[in-house]
Amino acid sequence: MGRITLLETIESAFSAKTWAIVVPAIYDTLYMVLFTTILTVFFGLILGIVLVTTDKDGIYPRPRFNAVAGGIVNGFRSLPSMIVIILTLPLSRLILGKSYGPKACIIALAVTCIPMFGRLVESSILEVSKGKIEAARSMGAKNRDIVLKVLLPEALPSLIRSFTISVIAIISTTALAGTLGAGGLGDVAVRFGYSRFKTDILLAAVLVMIVIVQAIQFAGNTLSKFILKRRHLI
Amino acid sequence: MARYSTHTTEFEAKHCDAGHFIRISNLRKTFRARDKNFAVLKGIDLEIDRGDIFGVVGFSGAGKSTLIRCINRLEEPDEGEITIGETEITGLSKQELDRYRQKIGIIFQHFNLLDARTVAENVAFPLEIAGERKDRIASRVKEILELVDLSDKTDFYPGQLSGGQKQRVGIARALANNPDILLSDEATSALDPQTTLSVLDLLKDINEKLKLTIILITHELNVIRYICKNMAVLEDGLIVEKGSVRSVFGAPQSETAKLFLRIDAGFATFGWQDGEGI
Ligand SMILES: Nc1ncnc2c1ncn2[C@@H]1O[C@H](COP(=O)(O)OP(=O)(O)OP(=O)(O)O)[C@@H](O)[C@H]1O
Ligand SMILES: [Mg+2]
Repeated sequence: MGRITLLETIESAFSAKTWAIVVPAIYDTLYMVLFTTILTVFFGLILGIVLVTTDKDGIYPRPRFNAVAGGIVNGFRSLPSMIVIILTLPLSRLILGKSYGPKACIIALAVTCIPMFGRLVESSILEVSKGKIEAARSMGAKNRDIVLKVLLPEALPSLIRSFTISVIAIISTTALAGTLGAGGLGDVAVRFGYSRFKTDILLAAVLVMIVIVQAIQFAGNTLSKFILKRRHLI
Repeated sequence: MARYSTHTTEFEAKHCDAGHFIRISNLRKTFRARDKNFAVLKGIDLEIDRGDIFGVVGFSGAGKSTLIRCINRLEEPDEGEITIGETEITGLSKQELDRYRQKIGIIFQHFNLLDARTVAENVAFPLEIAGERKDRIASRVKEILELVDLSDKTDFYPGQLSGGQKQRVGIARALANNPDILLSDEATSALDPQTTLSVLDLLKDINEKLKLTIILITHELNVIRYICKNMAVLEDGLIVEKGSVRSVFGAPQSETAKLFLRIDAGFATFGWQDGEGI
């Protein structure tokens, strides 16, 4: 085979042959990230709101329920993602009839990501000052009004930053899940790049992931800043 | 939950139907932190007339905020009764309370405006809560912003306003639902003297125009002097003195009232110390 120089590797990373393998993996990854994100945002937001409101100092104090819910969340968070994914795969089989491929993996991914996003939502909402909640209360606002008209809008810039962090975590967890039969960029990077020493493919897959992460971080920061600027808070 | 002794109700029947608008009797509140109890309100009796601007003074920790927060039940009293007009606030269910709170406006030291909303949207907030129609909200907001002289700041965010302007928004928001009572907890304490004066003038103005009853908490003697008609002195959870401002500060009986006056007079007579203190 002979020695391959760095330059040749880089050249090969951008060749059509490499991209024929990488591009379908990009689709798989984006597919998984998109649907995992949708599930994570929906359930994570609800989880975060529940954690904040049922706290003993929250607007709907249910301390015992809160302790149990918090304990379960901590339980999931303390396990490495890989273990949670392995544990959740049978769940996918139950729901979808199979435990491999991008679709099956979305459920496993969501289960690992919802507790994390839930905690981030919780801390974002906790930044809203008690005085604002109290003002709303004093005007006769119901809990639903407080959540929808005070907590979420006031926390929006912070929620967007939490969201950005989560999407990036979802991308890296997706790469991890890829090695467990989900496919996508992580799968390509490990299967070709690591196991078969195809450094060019590894390089291409990694570059794509870096670009995606940078783009999402930039979009999140920009949006969050835009809202803060519009509210004249920065 | 209203718990009161028969003794109090008999007292009520004899003395408290004299036409006072707000009647507070034997109000008690104790905070429990771990195993310690802090009795903060130790049996408050107070009567306030409709249209009054009623001042409550007291030093830090006397229980002023707790007292005012009991009036709209942001704090649940342990014992005692609060009656406004015909309604016993302490006996209201949660649903009734939410409706009643719309008739009690409150303004705060730190304004507590929503940063996510413009001035107009902040004022619209209590109207949305009350379930008003969109077109009614728009016209009411316009009207009330004219009253507080902020018509030119409608689409500004709180982040773009000065402290005085923020408090005007706070007042507008508190007035949006046509309340009978306005509670004010140190509403001018974060403002400079000139701005304080303009906010007090506004309060005086709406008191006259809207026949609004105002209960105002402060530790600034000048605020009391400037706009209050009647007042009470709160000391360590008890009302130690009450009456017209003139009568209380004309012949102060309580330690708190005397100290307030001594400090007030003191600062005026100290002269210029050039940073040397006294
Ligand atoms: N939620 C609470 N839990 C425990 N103690 C409390 C609570 N709220 C108030 N207190 C205590 O009650 C006392 C009276 O508090 P309050 O806020 O009514 O005083 P204040 O007269 O308004 O004082 P300030 O002028 O400093 O605002 C204080 O000693 C305070 O520590
Ligand atoms: Mg206070």
